[in-house]
Amino acid sequence: MAYSDKTRGMYSEILTGVKEAGLYKQERYIHSAQAADIEVEFPSGASIKKVINICSNNYLGLSSHPEVVKAAHAGLDSHGYGMSSVRFICGTQDIHRQLENMVTKFLGTEDTILFPSCMDANAGVFEAVLTKDDVMISDRLVHASIVDGIRLCSATHDTFKHSDMEHLEEKLQLHNDKRLKMVITDGVFSMDGDTAKLDEMVALCEKYDALLFVDDSHASGFIGKTGRGTHEKCGVMGKIDIITTTFGKGLGGASGGCVSGRKELVEMCRQKARPYLFSNTIAPPIIAGVIKVLEILSASTDRRDKLEKNTEFWRKGLIDAGLIIKEGDTPIVPLMLFNAKLSQDFSRELYDEGIYAIGFFFPVVPQGQARIRTQISAGHEKHHLEKALDAFRKVGRKYDILGKTKQEIIDRYGM
Amino acid sequence: MEDMKEIIKNYVIKEYVEDDTVIGFDTPLISGGIVDSFSMVSLKRFLENKYNISIPDDKATPEAFDSVNKIVKLVNEFIK
Repeated sequence: MAYSDKTRGMYSEILTGVKEAGLYKQERYIHSAQAADIEVEFPSGASIKKVINICSNNYLGLSSHPEVVKAAHAGLDSHGYGMSSVRFICGTQDIHRQLENMVTKFLGTEDTILFPSCMDANAGVFEAVLTKDDVMISDRLVHASIVDGIRLCSATHDTFKHSDMEHLEEKLQLHNDKRLKMVITDGVFSMDGDTAKLDEMVALCEKYDALLFVDDSHASGFIGKTGRGTHEKCGVMGKIDIITTTFGKGLGGASGGCVSGRKELVEMCRQKARPYLFSNTIAPPIIAGVIKVLEILSASTDRRDKLEKNTEFWRKGLIDAGLIIKEGDTPIVPLMLFNAKLSQDFSRELYDEGIYAIGFFFPVVPQGQARIRTQISAGHEKHHLEKALDAFRKVGRKYDILGKTKQEIIDRYGM
Repeated sequence: MEDMKEIIKNYVIKEYVEDDTVIGFDTPLISGGIVDSFSMVSLKRFLENKYNISIPDDKATPEAFDSVNKIVKLVNEFIK
């Protein structure tokens, strides 16, 4: 056995350091299906508490939708549990290609390839389509999975200041000698809830002959008039060269992701992307569930319309209560507390009031920008949001932050 | 030399600093988290264009770019 006491001690020491730094992540066990109302065991061994979930990516309330669950059951019966193979050996069923075609139509692209997750899609796509002769120019706040994908690619990498189009243009000029230039952004940024300026980015990419990549994981299914994503919202459908997205958030919330876009780029992924080549794809019951999700969303915009109304109600409620939120119009609504300990204390007090929302602090967000990230769902009814607002007001009053400015909160609690 | 220090410091501030962080000539840029190692490529290209030099990739290390003074030293190695 090579796992000696010395080795064990080394890891124990590292983990103790993580705990002492207040960065230790602890899971909360949910005993019910994912929904607005959930039953939570926290801390481990504590009695189960019924709370309102206001921090999931279940934007459209489809994670436990009866029609989706029924479709997944039917898929399990008709196509089995697993594939026991990667796609190109004997791991592709008719429903895998059916879903790819449905996603292509839904997003308004040319073709789509499924990946086990969007993390995998982002890990594989850059290396598959770019070489050392190319450059990737990414927004400085892109998701960690994109950062990992960029690290795996031999192309030169540069960044531009978050949503700063002037800075992006400077970078496009700086790297104009490269064979290919690819501009990389999230559609909706997960920590701030703001939307990329895709209309301006498309114009710049056309001006400088650059490709445009968008990760729309926090947008697919509900951003834009018919929920197609940020490209619909910004009026640039058909002009994004690569869209990656997930089925683990609004689109049913199970798992899986995809690369959708120009057919040659998708085909390059099918030939070269390592997470596609060396890992099983999405299991049949989940494929059947996502197909049902897309059928529901293609038939009606009711769910994204309700989400939009819920979001407006929630944002207005927090502002009227005198709390500071990040501006925007997406269902990601960060309540700014600035101080890390305050964000943790606030979250714990909310839990005592029956509201499940998590505090985020450095290094997940920049130093001095600690927050509670709330996420609204079409699965929330008005009574959920009203109860949650009551709790936010009560806890806000306790910590005396209602109506206070950023500076007043920092003066009292520190950064 | 002083001009070069100021020019490089000003570029670093303009390119990378987005808050009120104060940059000195010895402020750790990469190890201090001010410059992401991903973003070094802009700095390298800026130096190459500004001083008409070519810095080999194996010399453009995070250590060599970790402060204005270290960058100045690196640039001077390649100025003919």
